[in-house]
Amino acid sequence: PSQVVPGADPSARQLCFAWGPAEVLVCETLFGRRGGSPSRGESGSGRGLLPGPLTGCVAGTGEGGPSSSRLFVVRRDQDIYIQTLRKLFNESHGIFIGLQRSEEELAGKSRKAQLIQVSKNYRSVIRACMEDMHQAAISTRDPALHSQYSTQVSILSAMELIWNLCEILFVEAAAAGPLLLRLLDWVRLHVCDVDNMVREVLSSENPSKHELFWNVVDIFVLQGRMDEARHLLSKEASANPTSVNMYKILDDLMKKMPVPSLGNTQTLTEMELKWQHWHEECQRYLQDGTFASNSHMESICKILLGDEDAILEKKELMTTWYHFLVTRLLYSHPTVKPMELRFYAQACMDLFLGGENSPEPLDTILMAAFEFEMHQVIKECSIALSNWWFVAHLTDLLDHCKLLQSHNLYFGSNMREFLLLEYASGLFSHHSLWQLGVDYFDHCPEYGRVYLELHIERIPLNTEQKALKVLRICEQRQMHEQVRSICKIMAMKALRNNRLGSALSWSIRAKDAAFATLISDRFLKDYCERGCFSDLDLIDNLGPSMLLSDRLTFLGKYREFHRLYGEKRFSEAAKLLLMLMTAHIAPCSFWMTLLTDALPLLEQKEVIFSAEQTYELMRCLEDLTAGKSDKQKLQDDDVETMKVEMLRLALARNLARVIVKEGTLEGS
Amino acid sequence: AMEDVCAKFVSQKISKTRWRPLPVAALQPPDVFATGSWDNEDNRISIWSVGDLGNAGLNGEYQGEPQLLCDIRHNGDVMDMQFLDQERIVVASSTGTVTIFRHHQNNQTLSANQRWEKAHYHVDQDTSCGGAACTGVICNNPEIVTVGEDGRINLFRADQKDAVRTIDNADSSTLHAVTFLRTTEILTVNSIGQLKIWDLRQQRNEPSQIFSLTGDRVPLHCVDRHPNQQHIVATGGQDGMLSIWDIRQGTMPVSLLNAHEAEMWEVHFHPSSPDHLFTCSEDGSLWHWDTSTDISEKPSFLHQGGRSTTYLSHNTINQSVVSAWLSNDPTKDRMEITNLIPNQTLSVNSLDILGPCLVYGTDAEAIYVNRQLLA
Repeated sequence: PSQVVPGADPSARQLCFAWGPAEVLVCETLFGRRGGSPSRGESGSGRGLLPGPLTGCVAGTGEGGPSSSRLFVVRRDQDIYIQTLRKLFNESHGIFIGLQRSEEELAGKSRKAQLIQVSKNYRSVIRACMEDMHQAAISTRDPALHSQYSTQVSILSAMELIWNLCEILFVEAAAAGPLLLRLLDWVRLHVCDVDNMVREVLSSENPSKHELFWNVVDIFVLQGRMDEARHLLSKEASANPTSVNMYKILDDLMKKMPVPSLGNTQTLTEMELKWQHWHEECQRYLQDGTFASNSHMESICKILLGDEDAILEKKELMTTWYHFLVTRLLYSHPTVKPMELRFYAQACMDLFLGGENSPEPLDTILMAAFEFEMHQVIKECSIALSNWWFVAHLTDLLDHCKLLQSHNLYFGSNMREFLLLEYASGLFSHHSLWQLGVDYFDHCPEYGRVYLELHIERIPLNTEQKALKVLRICEQRQMHEQVRSICKIMAMKALRNNRLGSALSWSIRAKDAAFATLISDRFLKDYCERGCFSDLDLIDNLGPSMLLSDRLTFLGKYREFHRLYGEKRFSEAAKLLLMLMTAHIAPCSFWMTLLTDALPLLEQKEVIFSAEQTYELMRCLEDLTAGKSDKQKLQDDDVETMKVEMLRLALARNLARVIVKEGTLEGS
Repeated sequence: AMEDVCAKFVSQKISKTRWRPLPVAALQPPDVFATGSWDNEDNRISIWSVGDLGNAGLNGEYQGEPQLLCDIRHNGDVMDMQFLDQERIVVASSTGTVTIFRHHQNNQTLSANQRWEKAHYHVDQDTSCGGAACTGVICNNPEIVTVGEDGRINLFRADQKDAVRTIDNADSSTLHAVTFLRTTEILTVNSIGQLKIWDLRQQRNEPSQIFSLTGDRVPLHCVDRHPNQQHIVATGGQDGMLSIWDIRQGTMPVSLLNAHEAEMWEVHFHPSSPDHLFTCSEDGSLWHWDTSTDISEKPSFLHQGGRSTTYLSHNTINQSVVSAWLSNDPTKDRMEITNLIPNQTLSVNSLDILGPCLVYGTDAEAIYVNRQLLA
């Protein structure tokens, strides 16, 4: 969609911009303003720069005086924020996924039928949305809202009109014959301006006396609704016994009009032959003045003959040039071939608009479709519509019909992917619809992954549950970098909130060893300060995740030591304690704490450490003290020195006891 | 069958759906339910009707499609929701606040009836920020128990302004869900695969029992208790696994059943036909687990109607137990599992089952009602 940023005026200020993943930043610069700031009158409003309706959308503008620069945040897809359209986005998401999954199993006719069904499903979603919007429009009392809804209704209606035509011409690729029938259905479905008139006349007490009676008959004839036209005419005939013959002849002509068949019951040549006969018959009645006494019936006969002027006289009843086109085809070229459409379409548009009105975007789009210029249709739609939904889904469908393969863009990958990426980026800029965007990125083989990686990291994670959902998306796609980053964010949050347990489970999920180490240190620090462990329920249940980081292993094992000690399983506890040091599981900074923990074991009545173990403990203590420089030793306070002395004493006493004990045992 | 399901797109991601409880001895099926939304700038609690009365003729809409009766704004994501009685709903918010809304049925409006601001919080309850998401709520009128990301358990009474009891730091990891085991005992599940029983009569701030998954401590997201046999408990995990626990014995689950491919968000025994169990998941599926079918009699149920129906044997210990959920013989006792959503896409966040009626809500912004499920 093309956007005009309200208030951003390149003639007053030099503008610069930067593309973001979902938004564009536009800012005013000081560049080229050497002569000082422009006068007050010049800046501010965007003089004459904003023609027509504003299709742009400004999410926020910085307020500022005339001399300060402003920053505009421009969102790409404005319709994403319309509440009623969320139904369209969600429901079509399901259809889109279904189409991607349906891949190519079916061949030929059944595949085509499948694609047509998909196209119809998309259209029925548009229609349902239109209904809702229409209901909203008539039920609101706010005039501004009413006009907003009404605009949306007409946009949705135009979208469905275009889609339906594309379905006939491209997806179904109707052949000569059925093509006309499809176009007639298309016109009947979409030209509803005259429906009220029809309803009014039909529901009146005596339709044939209604002043608009002949208008309604004409409408039926112009739309090829012969049975309905004949039914009305029969009422008029019974009221005019004098001209009953004339009515009968017209009725007969209308009844006999050959129509192309949908099946293979007749060939085109047969159809053309029948048509020729019927045409000549009509011609005869017109020329011999059968209807001369009734101008209404004469004009109908002329329409049946495909008389251009007679049809064009009913311009008001057709309301659009494409209705005119289809009516002309019906009565002049019922077996029109797809490739001939372009000539008739152009001529009809010129005639209908009469050189006075220039074609509007919708006219240009439909014309491009009649000309089979698919890329032009998509391009014009991209410019005219205020959303990416339409072009993204239509292009994807056409691509599945294998109609767009030859076309590659000079940037990005191909057009399908480009448009899907745009649409999905819009979804991601929405606070709630971002989840839908994921599947669209998944089906963009070239850049989808990169886009997803960029966008997913920008999803705000306000609860753990939301984080889990985002995480699941990343894990399913092996996006390890993003998994790590999300877990880290959550672990940091938990840590800030003093939730060490949660923080640890997040880092375990991310297999983030460094962070697990950091948290383990926090646990150990807490222990050293308070003399007891917090979050025992977690630490006691680390299981295999304990192996994630050395420090975590130590934390788990150290807690195990405390448990063994608490359960008075002293020799196991002693063995574990020693192992923590000799196997270098414990960080050096923690050795003194461990050795201090050994003190009560050394002081037990019963000898616990063997001689060998005692020697090892002594070596640990000496390593620890020897490792320190003299300067450090000086800094150590008296408590530390006393601890070392106490340990040495306890170790020596234990050694004495164990030598006696072991000697005694061996001797006996 | 699928054709009995009606869907409605509601333009908001649905996090919770709950049937309004039926009056005692009611014969009618439920006809009113509540939904809560999440991840919107403007989240809402909505009350819907699927009754036949007053439903026909409204714009000629399809009969049975849920009709909005009333709604009200809710601050933050709706994390959990439970009816306290016929008129009041307790709602847990991502802001940590717990609110009781009253549904005035005479004029179809909703209003906030009672509110505990920041019932769950990090660090300091009085600071302007710092609320912690309240992840679960369970009611046993007038008592309300809530749990949260802060690892806290609160016991409220509907008529009292202050919490009756609060256990700070009850769990060092996130508590994901809570349910009543008995009137004075509750069950909680947490993010390191533990199931804990808390006796609220005890003044000790510690669980009376801890059960745990072995191996990787996969987070548990939901818990429900068998309505008649209170020792049977079902939980659902982050890996989509369904665990059945017998809290009378052991500390590990009695059986582990492979289920969904992603987080199981809710598990519910059918309140009156507890041989049936329902689970829903982030992977977009909703499973009906049926242990009532004796397949030797009804083999034709397999692959009926194109639904993916599989039989699964499960490993349990005690064969003579009455309940099929704990039985063990892989050849004789099997359960029939049916996925009720054939073309799954986005997460099914919540489900509720009452009588023959099932309601569920999705991230694809739709609510679905099946009124003939167990008819």
